[in-house]
Amino acid sequence: MSDYKTLSCAEVSVGDKLGAVDVDITTGLVVCGALATRDFEPVHHNKAEAQAIGMPDVFMNILTSQGLMTRYATDWSGPEAVVKSIDLQLGAPNVPGMVMTMTGEVTAIDADTGVVDVAVAGENNIWGMHMQGTVQLALPREA
Amino acid sequence: MNADEQKAFEEEIYAFVGREVCPPTPAPDDVNMAMIRQWAEVLGETNPAYLDPAWAQQSARGKTIAPPAMMYVWGQEGFAATRGRAPNAQVDLVETFNRYGYTGVLGTNVKQEYVKEVGPGDNVSMQMVIDNISERKTTSRGTGYFFETLATFTDQAGEVVGTQRFKVLKFIPQEQPAAASSDDGGLEVPTRIASPRGQDNGWWWDAVDEGKVLIQRCKSCQTLRHPPRPMCGECQSMEWDSIESSLDGEVLSYTCLRHPAIPGYPKDPICAVIKLGEGTNIVSNLVGCEYEDVQIGMRVKGKIEQVDEKTLLPQFYPA
Repeated sequence: MSDYKTLSCAEVSVGDKLGAVDVDITTGLVVCGALATRDFEPVHHNKAEAQAIGMPDVFMNILTSQGLMTRYATDWSGPEAVVKSIDLQLGAPNVPGMVMTMTGEVTAIDADTGVVDVAVAGENNIWGMHMQGTVQLALPREA
Repeated sequence: MNADEQKAFEEEIYAFVGREVCPPTPAPDDVNMAMIRQWAEVLGETNPAYLDPAWAQQSARGKTIAPPAMMYVWGQEGFAATRGRAPNAQVDLVETFNRYGYTGVLGTNVKQEYVKEVGPGDNVSMQMVIDNISERKTTSRGTGYFFETLATFTDQAGEVVGTQRFKVLKFIPQEQPAAASSDDGGLEVPTRIASPRGQDNGWWWDAVDEGKVLIQRCKSCQTLRHPPRPMCGECQSMEWDSIESSLDGEVLSYTCLRHPAIPGYPKDPICAVIKLGEGTNIVSNLVGCEYEDVQIGMRVKGKIEQVDEKTLLPQFYPA
C-alpha cells in the first residue's frame, strides 16, 4: 500500500537535481492534452487553424504544460507532497515532432514550513525553452 | 496613431482594469474521477493521490484529491470555445486591442497558488477580474501591452481553493520570418550540417555513406594520412589509394560541447580526437558513455550510424 515513497524535507538539499525526463511531443499529446483540460481553442486541435496564425502545426496548450511541470515535480517528490504553487513562464511553442526535455533543481527549502522550491525547465530540441518556472511543494518534515 | 489618439486608446483600455470578467461561477460538473482519470492518462500522471482511492484513504490526506493543475479546468467553457467566446470584459478588452492593431496575442506567464486541495464531489467556482494592464512596452515580438487577469477559486463552502494570475501580451505583430516548415506546412526537424564534399574529400564521405571509414595511403611511400588531402606530406607524391579502418582506437583528447546548443545536434555532445589502430587520428563523437567516464587512453570502437534523417557518421563507443 505504501510502496509509494515521498521525500521528506530532511532528505532534500538545495542544489539537488531532478533526473532529466524527455517528453515526445506528438499530435496525440497536444490534441488530447487540450481536450483533457477542456481547452477547445481550435489552434490546439486543428492544424489548418494553427497554420493560419503562422504555426507549422497544432501546438500545446498552457494547461497541458502546467500539468507536465507539476507531474515532473511530484514524480520526484512522491505523492504525499502538497503542491503549493506553480509559477510558469512560457517560451517557444511545443509542436508535434519535437522532444521536450524537462530538468529541475531544488533552489530553496523553508525548514519551518517544509516548503521546497523546485526550479523546472522544459526545453524542446528545435525551438529551445518552452517553459521555465518554479513548483513549490510542501514535503513531510521527516520520513 | 497620433498623441491624442494614443491617449484616447490608452484611456479606453485602462478603463478595463478592475472590471469583472465573470462573477463567482460554479463549475458545470463537480470534481470527478472520470475527468481526473482522463487528464492523468494523457499527462502520463500516475500519482496515487489522484488515482488510487485505497492508497489515498490511508495516506496523510485520508482522501483522493484532484491534480492541483486542474483547478482552472473545472470551469472551462468547453466546446463552445470553437465558435467564439461570449462577450465579457476580457473578450471586450481583447477586441479593443485588436481594433487598434494590437492583434498579436501571447500568453507569457501563469502563476497558480493552491490554498486547499479539492477532491471528487467538491465544486470549484471561479471569479475573474482584469487585474492590471502595463504601460506600453517594446518587446521582441513587437510593441504592446501586458494585461493580467486574476482568477479566484472557491469551493462549495465558499473557502478559497486557490488563485491564478495569467499574463498576456497584446501586441502589433512585426513581420515574422516564416516558421520553419516542410512542404505540407508541418514541422521540419533540423538535421546536422551536411559534410562539405569537395574534390579532395568527397570520396571519403561517399565511403562513409557506404558504411566504410577509409584512410588515404600514399602510393609512393605507403604513408597513411587523414584528413584527406591531395599530396603526401612525406614524399610529395600525389598518387594515392586507401585502406579501410577497423575503427579500433584510443582517446587522445576530448571535450564536451556544452554551449551553444546547436539545432539538430544532441545536447552536450562529447567530441574526441581518436588515434586509430592504423596510426592516423580522427575527430569524432564519443557516444554510449557519460562525459565523466571518458579518459585519455580509453579504448574505443567505432561504427557508422545514421544519426538523423539525412546523415551517416562514424561514432565511437567505449570498447
